[in-house]
Amino acid sequence: MNTMNSTVTSNTETTGAHAVPVQDERPAETIIQEGVTVGSPYVEDPKFKLRDVEVFYGESRAIKKISLDIGRNEVIAFIGPSGCGKSTFLRCLNRMNDSIDICSVKGELMLDDQNIYDPKRDVVELRARVGMVFQKPNPFPKSIYDNVAYGPRIHGLANRKSDLDDIVEDSLRKAGLWNEVKDRLDATATGMSGGQQQRLCIARAIAVSPEVILMDEPCSALDPIATAKVEELIAEMSESYTIVIVTHSMQQAARVSNRTAYFHLGHLVEVNETDKVFTSPDHELTESYITGRFG
Amino acid sequence: MPNKKDDVYGDHISARFNDELNELKTQFLNMGGMVESQVEQAIQALVESDGQLAEKVRLGDKQVDKMELDLDEEAILVIARRQPTARDLRLVISVIKMVADLERVGDEAKKIAKMAIKLTEEGQAPRGYVEIRHIGSHVLSMLHDALDAFARLDSEQALRIMKQDKQVDEEYQAAARALLTFMMEDTRNISRCMSVMWVLRALERIGDHACNIAEHVIFMAKGEDIRHSPMEDAERVVAR
Repeated sequence: MNTMNSTVTSNTETTGAHAVPVQDERPAETIIQEGVTVGSPYVEDPKFKLRDVEVFYGESRAIKKISLDIGRNEVIAFIGPSGCGKSTFLRCLNRMNDSIDICSVKGELMLDDQNIYDPKRDVVELRARVGMVFQKPNPFPKSIYDNVAYGPRIHGLANRKSDLDDIVEDSLRKAGLWNEVKDRLDATATGMSGGQQQRLCIARAIAVSPEVILMDEPCSALDPIATAKVEELIAEMSESYTIVIVTHSMQQAARVSNRTAYFHLGHLVEVNETDKVFTSPDHELTESYITGRFG
Repeated sequence: MPNKKDDVYGDHISARFNDELNELKTQFLNMGGMVESQVEQAIQALVESDGQLAEKVRLGDKQVDKMELDLDEEAILVIARRQPTARDLRLVISVIKMVADLERVGDEAKKIAKMAIKLTEEGQAPRGYVEIRHIGSHVLSMLHDALDAFARLDSEQALRIMKQDKQVDEEYQAAARALLTFMMEDTRNISRCMSVMWVLRALERIGDHACNIAEHVIFMAKGEDIRHSPMEDAERVVAR
């Protein structure tokens, strides 16, 4: 029984950080292959069916042959280091990239089996179906009421004032803002707190009855309490909408999403159930990113 | 952006996070070393009727308990500060659970030491000592290998440890049967044989704890929880 000191010896082997060569344990899935995504990128009866999507900014290719399904009433989070293409890819889903002249999109992008990039498609109608919430709250410099009523008005969703009132109240309720603002609907929206402004923008997006809501880092300008409220809202909204969220907060992705997609240098590296991604991801790069090993 | 291998497999951006995880691993291995020596000395005290050594082991358990508290605190702080994910998360959670196993091994060592004191006071009871030496050396090597597998994140070694558990169980059963025959031969043997039986039981439990640690090592390395699963599942996971 000569084992007394030997464990102490093995201590010294572990003094270097992560001295244990983990790559020996997980030999596969360490390299990115174009067009290959590890995990489960496809679902049955998807809301979005996206195949071999490429996005170019002039000569440079920002998105490299990405294929992905986004399910109905699913919350999917896009994560990855800055410049990995997650926001670019998100903006393809309601053609927000159209406004950038040098930007071109290739591949098959289908929303409910209809081509998003069909030249005959009405982009305004598309964006009513696929709403968007941005990083910084961007309310119009109008009253709270008018901010929410703006979309329904231009889309002709309400014929009478009372209908419009109903839409505004319903949207503000769904955005968890009604009780805070019901007595001051005429006040200007820019006077609200940041968190309230962001929830107002969500109410504005909801007001036109979209099917999908795209969120591009919706909480990065908010404090933890406002963030918690928006996250709570995402959970509630997922019952009626498909939600795609780009986030730099890994914890946020872990908290709010059903599936998580990891982007890297314009590739979609891994898509998996969020619970799996944050406990035992399939791809080394995903692991390195979520554990904070490179940036 | 990483294109070198080192960038992909390298350390955390936060060097202090590395330090904290390292500290956790080192503390765990220190506690493992301490517990190992407790078991070793308890067995030695018993078979050599060394009451003083047994007393030392009995007192040493307090230090094991303190190490458990310190490690748990360290692990809680890492979670609070870093919100670890993936393999880091698996390390922290596994350490929290394995610490409980080590502490129980420490308790078993203390039990053996108490029996050593009792048996020494009552005079020699050579019956069953061969078995105690044999099983003791077996479970000690399992415990040592389990800590080694943890240090090297070696799931294959962990699997080998799990496979030894059945053998220990069989050795324990055989020893228990032998002791039973001694007790039936002469009822005056019963008290001492029962004490020896308790020691054997403690050793068998130490083997179980070593297996628990091995299961956690596989979880840490492979990300799959193979507890309460058939051995074939564990083999499949490790072979991946």
